[in-house]
Amino acid sequence: MSYQFKWSVLWSGQSGGWLLQGVATTLAISGLAWILAVGLGILAGAARTVPWRPLRLAGTFYVEFFRNVPLLVWMFFWYFGVPPLLPRGVQDWLFNHSAEFWAGMFALGVYHGARMSEVIRSGINSIPRTQFEASVAMGLTTFQAYRLIIVPIALRLIVPPATNESLNLLKNSSVALTISVAELTFQTRQVETYTAKAIEALTAGTLIYLVLCVSIAWIMARVERRFAIPGLIARGG
Amino acid sequence: MLDLGVIVANFKFLVVQGLFGLGGFAGGTLRLAIPAIVLGFVLGIFIGLARLARSRFVSLPATLYVEFFRGVPLVMVIFWIWFIIPQLLRLPIPEYGVALTAFVIFEAAYFGEIIRAGIQSVPRGQVEAATAVGLTSAQTMRFVVLPQAIRNMVPALVTQMIVLFKDTSLASIIGYVDLTKAAQIVNNREIKPFELYLFIAVVYFVFTYSMSLFARRFERRLAS
Repeated sequence: MSYQFKWSVLWSGQSGGWLLQGVATTLAISGLAWILAVGLGILAGAARTVPWRPLRLAGTFYVEFFRNVPLLVWMFFWYFGVPPLLPRGVQDWLFNHSAEFWAGMFALGVYHGARMSEVIRSGINSIPRTQFEASVAMGLTTFQAYRLIIVPIALRLIVPPATNESLNLLKNSSVALTISVAELTFQTRQVETYTAKAIEALTAGTLIYLVLCVSIAWIMARVERRFAIPGLIARGG
Repeated sequence: MLDLGVIVANFKFLVVQGLFGLGGFAGGTLRLAIPAIVLGFVLGIFIGLARLARSRFVSLPATLYVEFFRGVPLVMVIFWIWFIIPQLLRLPIPEYGVALTAFVIFEAAYFGEIIRAGIQSVPRGQVEAATAVGLTSAQTMRFVVLPQAIRNMVPALVTQMIVLFKDTSLASIIGYVDLTKAAQIVNNREIKPFELYLFIAVVYFVFTYSMSLFARRFERRLAS
């Protein structure tokens, strides 16, 4: 193989700056999408467990439709399909404020909200039904019971699967390169195009993703220990 | 208003070419997804078994393989294959080969984990009993452990197949004409993004949702 390695392309010239910008954008889009996903996930996950059928159906429709369609399709849908339907003023604002970032963030958040809700729903279902009955017997409304008792307990139970899902979100943010969000994979390709050093650029991008994933997993392991409910979670291994 | 005319006019291109891959030029979501599922599963069996091997020389590389590919985005893996294979083989590879290789390598890590978990879910006593009646370890695996493990794995396997089916849309990034790329091509001409992307969303949904309904029914049949 006659490939000439030249690792210095990664820090000479603009490459280093591009990669750092890519990391920043990846973290920004994933962070905002994560907040949206957790919010939607809690709403939809709780909606699917309440004793009121129309709300359950609405939750089920959202979850099944959004998580069963590829994220890439949602990216195109929110970026190309939806803005033309918005009022003129909103469109102008969006296209002056990096519409691709907001569309990508929205696609990522709504898609992972549907997946996150499954995690949250399984958390809620693992709480004994008597908790809900006891809170209602104490005089709480259904909404209060969910807000004060059920959801807080569920969130503390689901840290490990929610971590997994959050890492999926981070990795999936790479799909946003298709609508030209300048995130890490996009910048990796830019370095590759500019320097014609594919292996070096891809190695750098790949390692950065691995480091991000490992550090988030490490932080979440601490969060898990901090918020574990004593006696409720028996974790093996 | 929804303009369904654009769907009707391009239905043949979108579905026959983009989804099934029949016709003029190479492409098709199913033509990519089905071999990717089969080959990814086969490679996954080897990786899952390797992770459980007693020898560390076998289990450690398999563990590294799984952890590596689960920490990296699929898009990155596709680009790796896209750049590396032509370098190594010194000949251009069609998008189909690149995409298929990337999916098989990537998804095998996930299939491997499912298979490992499935095998570990079979009680230890079963293996001991099989050894006691004189089966070799290969026979134990084939006749006792795997048949039970596969039953336990079915729901997770189907979920992973759905994930892979959806992931094939990423092959459009390197120019493979699957359903998503077909919609992009039509959209470049017709400029009807809302209708076209919503339509392919529904097509994907019909496939993935029927797969998950099948998995649920299968689970219920096993439980009873």
